[in-house]
Amino acid sequence: MAARAGLIEQKQGATSARLDSLGPVADKGWTATARKAALDRVVQQGLPHARDEYWKFTKPTGLVVADVTPAAVFTGDEVQVFDSVDRVKLVFVDGVFDAAASDDPALAGVKIERLAEATSDIHWAQGLYGTLEANGQDPVARPLAALNTAYATDGVLIHATGKAEKPVSLIYRHESETSDAILHHVIKLDAKAELTVLENGPAAARFNKVMEVDIADGAAFHHVRAQGRDHERQAATHIFARLGTESTFKSFTLTANGRMTRNECVIELTGDDAVAHVAGACVGDGDFHHDDTIFITHDAVNCESRQVFKKVLRNGATGVFQGKILVKEGAQKTDGYQISQSLLLDGDSQFLAKPELEIYADDVACSHGSTSGAIDEDALFYLRSRGVPEGRATDLLTLAFLAEAVQEIEDEALSDEILGKVEAWLDRRRG
Amino acid sequence: MGAPDGADEKDEKMLEIKNLQVKLEDEDKQILKGVDLTVEAGKVHAIMGPNGSGKSTLSYVLSGKDGYEVTGGEATLDGDDLLDMEAEERAAAGLFLAFQYPVEIPGVGNMTFLRTAVNAQRKARGEDEMSATDFLKFVREKAKDLKIDADMLKRPVNVGFSGGEKKRNEILQMAVLQPRMCILDETDSGLDVDAMKLVSEGVNALRDAGRGFLVITHYQRLLDHIKPDVVHIMADGRIIKTGGPELALEVEQNGYADLLAEAE
Repeated sequence: MAARAGLIEQKQGATSARLDSLGPVADKGWTATARKAALDRVVQQGLPHARDEYWKFTKPTGLVVADVTPAAVFTGDEVQVFDSVDRVKLVFVDGVFDAAASDDPALAGVKIERLAEATSDIHWAQGLYGTLEANGQDPVARPLAALNTAYATDGVLIHATGKAEKPVSLIYRHESETSDAILHHVIKLDAKAELTVLENGPAAARFNKVMEVDIADGAAFHHVRAQGRDHERQAATHIFARLGTESTFKSFTLTANGRMTRNECVIELTGDDAVAHVAGACVGDGDFHHDDTIFITHDAVNCESRQVFKKVLRNGATGVFQGKILVKEGAQKTDGYQISQSLLLDGDSQFLAKPELEIYADDVACSHGSTSGAIDEDALFYLRSRGVPEGRATDLLTLAFLAEAVQEIEDEALSDEILGKVEAWLDRRRG
Repeated sequence: MGAPDGADEKDEKMLEIKNLQVKLEDEDKQILKGVDLTVEAGKVHAIMGPNGSGKSTLSYVLSGKDGYEVTGGEATLDGDDLLDMEAEERAAAGLFLAFQYPVEIPGVGNMTFLRTAVNAQRKARGEDEMSATDFLKFVREKAKDLKIDADMLKRPVNVGFSGGEKKRNEILQMAVLQPRMCILDETDSGLDVDAMKLVSEGVNALRDAGRGFLVITHYQRLLDHIKPDVVHIMADGRIIKTGGPELALEVEQNGYADLLAEAE
C-alpha cells in the first residue's frame, strides 16, 4: 500500500508540475467546456508514469515533465517528402501557424479553418472537439491526449462535404530548440466525402498532437504521415477516429529518427461494413524509441480492420508495438488482422510487442502475428554473390522488409514517394 | 586464350585450387581434405561424387559464403587470391555460383536485383553504369532465350517460382552478369527433361574460349547436355580420380563403389 501511495503521490506531483507550467485553460469560446472537461480528466487520471501498465515499454518522463528537453534542429538540405504532390500546404513552425508559408486554404469540397481563429461561440466542430478523445479514454486512459484537448494552442478544423480536389498537407517545421507545441485537429467527413491528409516534419522539440476524425457513412479518409528526422525531438500523437457505415479509414506513418515517438491510434468502427487500416514503418538508429499503440474497437457487423507495422532497428534502438483488437458483443462477421514485425540489424536493439485480442462475438475471424528477426543471411549472401556490396545488400533487404507496410498506402504516387524517401535515407546512411 | 587443339598444358589457367582444406567454422569437422583442381579458360570441368563428399562446400567456399574456415591450401582466380576477397569482390572479379537452392527474396523485384548486381559489378570494375533502357533491352533479350517472361522479371526474386523457373533464373543471372568463371552447383536437381534441356542450352550458349565452367552434379544425365572436357570424382573431401567424359559414363553404369574402393 505504501508503494502504491508513493506512486500516486509521484504522479500527482508530476501532473501538477506540468499543469502549473501550462497555466489555466482558456475559458472563452466554443471549446471552453471541452477544455475544462479535459483538464478534469488529466487531473483525475494523472499524467503517464513509468509504472503504468500502458507505459510498460515506453518511459513517458520526457513527454510529461514540465520543462521540455532541448532538441537540436536538423539541418539537412534534403528534398521534403510530398514535394512532388499537388496539395494544399498549411505550415506550422514550432506549433505556430505560418500564413506566409502556407497556401490559400480555399479548396473545393473542403472547408478549412484554424482552431486559433475559430473564435465564435458556436461551431460545427463543437460536438467533436474533445469528444472522440473523451470516448477513447475508456477502457484505457490516454492522459496526454486529454492534456492536448485542454491546452491546444492551434490546429486545423477541416470539414469535407464532398470529394476534396487535393490532399491537405500539414507541414510541421522545427526551428526552436526548446519549442513545446500542442496542436489539435478536428476533421469531419460528411456522407460520401473523400479526403486525404498528409503530415510531415519534426514539428517541435516536443510535440503533442491530437487528430480527431469523424467519418460519416460511405466517406473515405486517407492519412499519410512522415515524422521528421530531427534526431532529438520527442512526440506523442493520438488519432481518434469514428467510422460510420461503409466508411473507410486508412492511415500510414513513416518514422525515421526522433529520440522518442509514441503514436497512438484509437479507432471505433460504429457502422456496419466499415474498413480501417493502420500501418507504419520505422527506421531507428541508436538513441531511438518508437512506440505504436493501436486500439481498434469493432462495434458493428461485417467490418474489417488491419494493422501492419514494420520496424528496422539498429545500434540499440527500441521499437514497441501494443496493438489491440476489441470485438464487442454483436460485432459479427468481424475480420481483424494484425501483424507487427521487426528487423534487428544488431544484437543491441530490441523490439517489444504486446498483441491483444479481446472478442465477445462468436462469428469472427481475427488473427495476429508478431516476429522479430535478423537479416536473412542466405538472402544477404545471395545478393553479395552477385556482386552487391554488403551495405547495399542490407539496404535492399531492409527496404523490401519495410515495403510490405508502405504498400498499405492505397495511392501509388504517395506510396512511391514514401518508398523513395526510405531509399534516400538508407542511401545517405551508407554515405 | 586456350590452345585450339586441346593441349592442356598450354591452356590459360583460370581457377586454380591447391591442396584446399576446409572445416566448418563452429564445428570440428573437416570437410575438404586437400582439393587440387585447375580449370582452364574455355574448358568445362565436371565434379561428380556421392552425397557428403564436399562438392557443395567447395562451391560455397570458392564463392565466399560464411561459416567455413580454410585451414590450408589456396584458391586463385586469374592469379588473384580468391580466399582473401569478400563475396562481392569475387563476383566482380568474374566468379559466379549458380545455386543448388536459389534463395527467395520477398520484396525485391527480379529486375531491380539484376540491375543492382550488374551496376555494382560495373562500379567495382570502374565502368559506367548501364542506362535503364539499355539494360532493359539487354535483359529482355537474354530472358527470351531462356523463356523467361516479363512477369517473371517483375516478380520478387525467386518468390513463388517453380524449381525449373528458379534454375532458369540462375542461368539468366549468369547470362546477364557474364562472369569469367561459372560454378554450377547441382543445377540439374529438381529439373524435368525439358527444363534441363532449356537450362543446358542456356549454359552452352555461354561457352566460349574466355570462360571456364565447373559443373557439380550427382548424375551423368546433365553431362549429356553440357559436355565436359574433364571429369573429376570427389569423395570424402578429395578429388580421387580425374579423367575424360568417359569417366562420367563409368559412374553412371557402376556407381561410385568401385572408384571408392580403388581409392582406398
